[in-house]
Amino acid sequence: MSKVSIRELSYSYAGSPEPALSRVDLELPEKAIVVLFGPAGGGKTTLLRLVNRLNDLVEGAARSGEVLLDGEDVYAPGVDVTALRRRVGMVFALPLPLPGSIRDNVVYGPRLAGVRDRARLEELTERSLRQAALWEEVKDRLEASAFSLSGGQQQRLCIARSLSLEPEVLLLDEPTSGLDPISTAKVEESLLALKSSFTIVIVPHSVQQAARIADRTAFLLAGELVEVGEGQQVFTSPRDKRTEDYITGRFG
Amino acid sequence: MSGRLWVQRLGFLLLGLATLVVVAPILVVVLEIVVRGIGAIDWEFLSAMPRAGMKEGGILPAIVGTLLLTLGTALVAVPVGVGGAIYLAEYARDTAFTRAIRLAIVNLAGIPSIVYGLFGLGMFVLFLRFGASILAGSLTLAIMTLPVVISTSEEALRAVPTEFRTVAASLGGTRWQGIRTVVLPQALPGIITGVLLGLLRAAGETAPILFTVAAFYLPQLPRSPLDQTMALPYHLYVISTQVPGMPSSVQNGTAFVLLALVLLLNFAAAWIRRSFRRRRPW
Repeated sequence: MSKVSIRELSYSYAGSPEPALSRVDLELPEKAIVVLFGPAGGGKTTLLRLVNRLNDLVEGAARSGEVLLDGEDVYAPGVDVTALRRRVGMVFALPLPLPGSIRDNVVYGPRLAGVRDRARLEELTERSLRQAALWEEVKDRLEASAFSLSGGQQQRLCIARSLSLEPEVLLLDEPTSGLDPISTAKVEESLLALKSSFTIVIVPHSVQQAARIADRTAFLLAGELVEVGEGQQVFTSPRDKRTEDYITGRFG
Repeated sequence: MSGRLWVQRLGFLLLGLATLVVVAPILVVVLEIVVRGIGAIDWEFLSAMPRAGMKEGGILPAIVGTLLLTLGTALVAVPVGVGGAIYLAEYARDTAFTRAIRLAIVNLAGIPSIVYGLFGLGMFVLFLRFGASILAGSLTLAIMTLPVVISTSEEALRAVPTEFRTVAASLGGTRWQGIRTVVLPQALPGIITGVLLGLLRAAGETAPILFTVAAFYLPQLPRSPLDQTMALPYHLYVISTQVPGMPSSVQNGTAFVLLALVLLLNFAAAWIRRSFRRRRPW
């Protein structure tokens, strides 16, 4: 069974005539990387933010359809949104460390959730930083300001920050868009290592990146899910003309 | 040299002159008060009760009174003002109700201070029966200070990028947790500056305390919040206009102490802002 099932999901923002998403159906299998790609404004970020209900903060938007996590609708009445967001982590396009030390950043989520035990926080810090491939670089200066890190390190710190909550699903919205190729490679490497334990959805910052890491690929265009394929299939032999046009660079 | 360059030079010159027009009077006033007042300052002036119809002795009760009034104002205006700002900046939606609140705040800021004084007299001194007291005076000054505290705090909160709130939410934080752990710490320098600027004004005001707390001549220290007290601005007014034959050294000395107190608060505000800004990430 899929970890997350998106069923007939439609969404529109207040004052926008076109829906941001129209009737999207997508299965996110466990322990795999699903890549969402497509031109800007296609609804990729919206789709991600609907899975962890981050778009609840948007006023006046309209949604229909379901997002099932382990078979249960995250929009059902009575769902604890903060608990949902601990299960579904998110990494944003721009690394945004919170004020405070590297350690403070990593265990921010667990602390809010009420974890006080020092040994436990210590353990979470090390494991999350290792998973994000940052431990070796920062292990001697966990008390330093998070802003003393380079951009690439900051982004890996943000990944570690999400991982410390031990989420089941990890949503990444162009996590490498601000990074140089070396940092990008490190982030991708850590993602590939992470997929053995998480369900990962990523909006890549290039088609090349999408092709490098995808287990399943979904092409979103103007709110419509045009095509979903396993592995490299969407890139090597797209079934839909629009996908092919996009990949070969005819638009977008 | 081309014509446009001349126009630019002329522009710079005019702007420079405008700046000078603003700065020069302040410098003159400050220098005047310092030069004339500093001679009157000695330990007795700062630490003794006034004697001989205030013509001799010190101004201790006025200094203590002003400090207590400022403290009382802070105790009321800071929690209420910062709380209101958090509500307006973080929770309130744009409705007719919140627009009315904002309008009220803007208008409160424009009300002459004597009107606050009369309100304080009617509300706190008479209706609530606090009498002319530090309590009534502090509450009156607090209401006058609130608009400044609220609007500067709200601005400081709004200056914190939305993304920080989104990140906190994405990590399982409630809205309040996000505000408390991420937004408030970053808005703090701005909030502190606003609070100090508001208190600064409160410390120097005469009209609001005229009917609510200030004593003409009361050579003793207050013992409870329900006591009257002397205060520096009112004392300065009294010795400058109401008592014939007042030695000018007492007037100048009092003016100097009031100015020093206010400037000190001002410098504190600048210092706090600066030291926080160095730690600010963006």
